[in-house]
Amino acid sequence: MNISVAWLRAVAPAIDDTPAELARRLSLQAVAVDLIEPLGQGLDDVVVGRVLSAAPHPDADRLTLCRVEAGTDEPLEVVCGAPNVVEGASYPFVPPGGTLPGGMTIEKRKIRGIVSHGMLCSEQELELGRDAAGILRLADGLEPGTPLAGALGLPDTRLVLDVTPNRVDLASHVGVARELAPRGVDGIELRSFGTSWVPEWADGSESAETGGVRVTIEDDERCFRYLAAVVRGVRVGPSPDWLRARLRAAGARPVNNVVDATNYVLLELNQPLHAFDLAKLAGPEIRVRAAERGESLTTLDGHAHELSEAATVIADAARPVALAGVMGGEESEVTESTTDLLLECAAFDPRATRRTAAATELATDASYRFERGIDEAGLEAALVRCVELIVAVAGGAAEPAALRVGRAAPAPATVRLRPGRVRKLLGLRLSPGQIAELLRPIGFEAAPEEEPAGDPALLVRVPTWRSSDVTREVDVIEEIARRYGYERFPQESRSIRPSSVPASPTWARRRDVRRLLEGQGLYETRGLPMVSEERVRPDRVELRNPLSATESVLRTDLVPPLLDRVGHNLDRGRRAVRLFEIGTVFAADPSGRGPAGRETYLEELRVGIVLTGGRAPEHWSGPVPDVDLWDVRGLAEDVCERLTGCELRPLGAHDLPAGEPGRPGFGVGGWLDGDGFAMFEEDRLIGVAGRVRDDALDTPPWAASVFAAEFRLDTVRVSRMARYEPRPPYPAVTRDLALLVPDGLAAGRIEQAVRTGAPDELVALRPFDVYEGDALDGAGRSIAWRLVFRSPDRTLTDGEVDGYVGRIVSHLTEELDVRIRDS
Amino acid sequence: MASGGVSLADRLQEIRDEALADIAAAGDAEELEAARVRWLGRSGALAGALSGMRGVDPADRPATGRLANEVKGVLEAAYEGREAELAADDESEGSGVDLTLPGRRVWAGGAHPVTQVIDEICEIFGELGFNRAAGPEIETDWHNFTALGIPLDHPAADEHDTFWLDDHVVLRTHTSPVQARVMQESEPPIRVVVPGLCYRRDPFDASHAPAFEQIEGLAVDEGIDFVEFRAAIDFFVRRFFGSGTRTRFRASYFPFTEPSAEVDVTCFLCDGRGCSACKRTGWIEIMGSGMVDPVVFEECGLDPERYTGYAFGMGPARIAMLRYRIPDIRLLYEGDVGFLEQFAR
Repeated sequence: MNISVAWLRAVAPAIDDTPAELARRLSLQAVAVDLIEPLGQGLDDVVVGRVLSAAPHPDADRLTLCRVEAGTDEPLEVVCGAPNVVEGASYPFVPPGGTLPGGMTIEKRKIRGIVSHGMLCSEQELELGRDAAGILRLADGLEPGTPLAGALGLPDTRLVLDVTPNRVDLASHVGVARELAPRGVDGIELRSFGTSWVPEWADGSESAETGGVRVTIEDDERCFRYLAAVVRGVRVGPSPDWLRARLRAAGARPVNNVVDATNYVLLELNQPLHAFDLAKLAGPEIRVRAAERGESLTTLDGHAHELSEAATVIADAARPVALAGVMGGEESEVTESTTDLLLECAAFDPRATRRTAAATELATDASYRFERGIDEAGLEAALVRCVELIVAVAGGAAEPAALRVGRAAPAPATVRLRPGRVRKLLGLRLSPGQIAELLRPIGFEAAPEEEPAGDPALLVRVPTWRSSDVTREVDVIEEIARRYGYERFPQESRSIRPSSVPASPTWARRRDVRRLLEGQGLYETRGLPMVSEERVRPDRVELRNPLSATESVLRTDLVPPLLDRVGHNLDRGRRAVRLFEIGTVFAADPSGRGPAGRETYLEELRVGIVLTGGRAPEHWSGPVPDVDLWDVRGLAEDVCERLTGCELRPLGAHDLPAGEPGRPGFGVGGWLDGDGFAMFEEDRLIGVAGRVRDDALDTPPWAASVFAAEFRLDTVRVSRMARYEPRPPYPAVTRDLALLVPDGLAAGRIEQAVRTGAPDELVALRPFDVYEGDALDGAGRSIAWRLVFRSPDRTLTDGEVDGYVGRIVSHLTEELDVRIRDS
Repeated sequence: MASGGVSLADRLQEIRDEALADIAAAGDAEELEAARVRWLGRSGALAGALSGMRGVDPADRPATGRLANEVKGVLEAAYEGREAELAADDESEGSGVDLTLPGRRVWAGGAHPVTQVIDEICEIFGELGFNRAAGPEIETDWHNFTALGIPLDHPAADEHDTFWLDDHVVLRTHTSPVQARVMQESEPPIRVVVPGLCYRRDPFDASHAPAFEQIEGLAVDEGIDFVEFRAAIDFFVRRFFGSGTRTRFRASYFPFTEPSAEVDVTCFLCDGRGCSACKRTGWIEIMGSGMVDPVVFEECGLDPERYTGYAFGMGPARIAMLRYRIPDIRLLYEGDVGFLEQFAR
């Protein structure tokens, strides 16, 4: 909403703060002021210029040669490029040597062979508005040569308000003045336009008539009140400069005197009005009703709408002529040939207006206000003010009778306010008198309840223009708080009781995961959960209203979008990329096992990991090997041992277990190359790890293989408590055992067999060399194991350890087809 | 007495001090040898001094002789010590290693800047007794709107450009639905902060992302008032932005708080003098907040006459952008290692 400070001062003459101070007060007490815009600055050199004659430039089709009278002795010859020069009209003019607001100085300049002595200006060139289509036509009758600023009511300042949905009353100058004027509502003085109209009201609950026009409300749920007046004999033309200046300062575009008058009242009193060309209304008659399916209407903006029952229309005897509360129709529009008007001033239901606007995809100044709720008790005053303004600027005369259909204007609501409740909520001890004083300037009247029921209370009468926002005690308390001033509140810390809500374990899990992965040299990244169809499993969740086709579904897995992040880094020449993300994945579950209300949607937090490039940063001492399958397995082992306590098993690309009901699955088909690893908790698959298929992302030839892992966050254990184990003081004995192993016998199986045949004194077992080569004559491979023995209560002798190894070997060779390799 | 008034014993002390300094100052083997000749050599200073033994009172001779031997021993030990030091130096230089070459490193890793801001904010509210809670990102329209006093056919709902999954299920547009979940599941006193991803149907540009982090806070108990609310927010602001930071509460509107306030802080980039980050106002808007609206208590089954509370919400991505001067929100989502490594610590 744009507020003109000059207009504010016109409706509340006692306002004398600077624009900056007004903006500050509004921002603190009511709504934010986004911008303070000075208008008409730098217009010192701009004067009113009258075009005495206009002729085509002899050498250029689009240029006009004008003789301009601008207060100098002789008229000046000016070349003008605008398409709208009219002989006899006045325009802003900058003589040679003068400067535009933007700082450009106008010089005598030869244009296509003719010297131009100055410049006729558009609204945009003067920084008064956005219109650059032509030069700004001023009202006739201005003295040539007079300063433009004075003629346009400038300089002025525009405050750009960010009006919140509850404060639609601040979308008008009177509304803002009530907040800012020293005596508030008592300081509002609307100046007369020099005309006066005191109508006789013709009332009807459903229907009424004035000047031969009948108005009927057919649907009183969509339209509460409809007031109308008939004005005959108007001359439609440009508005006077003061009116156009007001509208421009408030950011509205002047159209003609009748339309400008309705817009003026809209911006002053917040009441949308519409003027119909009476001659174009069939009947003449007005019916406010639901649109019928199949009806159509072309609105003022030239758009044709096919209507349905969702829309509310104003119809004449034959067809819809306006979208109720949204926009007028083109056919009944006021034009220069219009002489008689039907002026509408109505109250439409907010929800009905919202449906009409939504059905026609329109959002207008009128619909904005009706959707949020107008001052239903202010219709009479707005209609009178608009008629008086029309008669003042367009002539004509109003029929003495005006009609009024629908319900009576609602009386102001009363809210019961307990000062005790004010104290409890705000922490302020305010007396009833202080409360009444705070509320009075903004139109709330508070008086003690005469027959108190329970706690002593005040009865607060809510002004009608706030009736949609202030309906409850707490709403009045907010008014008290903001009028008291948030800045004036004391700040006192109170003792607090500990929260009964325990911390969600999610955050400790995230912390532990991050600690592990950051320690492994991975950076955390964050991605958008919306992805394209190519990156998801078939059980994806689709957005009903996506922003674009490439962001139309929710990710089902973290790794595929992370591979795009790898690609991003490879594209920038970075070969080593180590990233992780903790984020949500989504899946559809037609079986309906999801949480209540969202039965068919599953979501869970996952950790995704991608790795590629050197195992460590380059070093001059020698080549650094690239990350390989054993790095990602090692990372997965770390996750299993240190975080989740789950088991890591080899995984063939095609033997993933079936998805767990009620949980999103793992879409490794999209990226896993051949074999990988699966993390299991009992028989539940909770994670996967492995090499990424080459075709899963575009990589430059110099890139290394990419590895990835993904696991469920909720499997991370958080309540695990470490317990100290005493370390035995006796030395450990190490033995190496090289085994010849046939193809197909897994190291894991051997480890299992060793452990089953081993005594408690075996404290560590790991393979330290694997050899597959010619020396073995195709007899499988050799795996060398390191066995560490230690007793908690004595030093082991060589003989004892030899005995252990012997038993292990005999158990092994009995169980499995392995041989000791001769050294 | 020796001629010149200086006893031989004094002279020996002098020789010891000067010779020790000389030996210590020898920078290489050649200089050390020269020092040895000068002090310990056959015609060196020590030998020269001892030639004056004849002039010493016979009664003092044994003591002076012992002193002379002692000085000789000290100097010889100093000589040998220095010789060994110089040899050790030679050896290390002699290995030819260029010690200016860089060392062997491992990869660094680190948290995303938005994560760092979230953690810091939550830790500060932790000091005020707030625990971290969490809630789902797919929400019912009841939790996302109705429970929070936002009728779906009201213009306030228009402020949320919502992604819909079906007629009643949305991607949450704010973390506030977790307020409703916590109040339905727990009895006051309630103090929670809820960081989480939210979704708005905003095109991805320099200042908007269709999914972004928010931190919600909620305190509900008997006796919480606006005064305490202001004090809590002020505590947070001074702890997070610095003790010199001032806060400003402005009237505002949120359907689920009444009274509502926007909270501004003095611009931490220009100290309130006015810069491009604060649009020359000296203030930066950091959160929306207010006292919990009774309608929310009612929807969630708490008695609004008994309980009061406050709630707030802020955007850690926006705060991270301001704090680290990140000009474009899209940088936060790129996963660019060159970007992420700037925030490792």
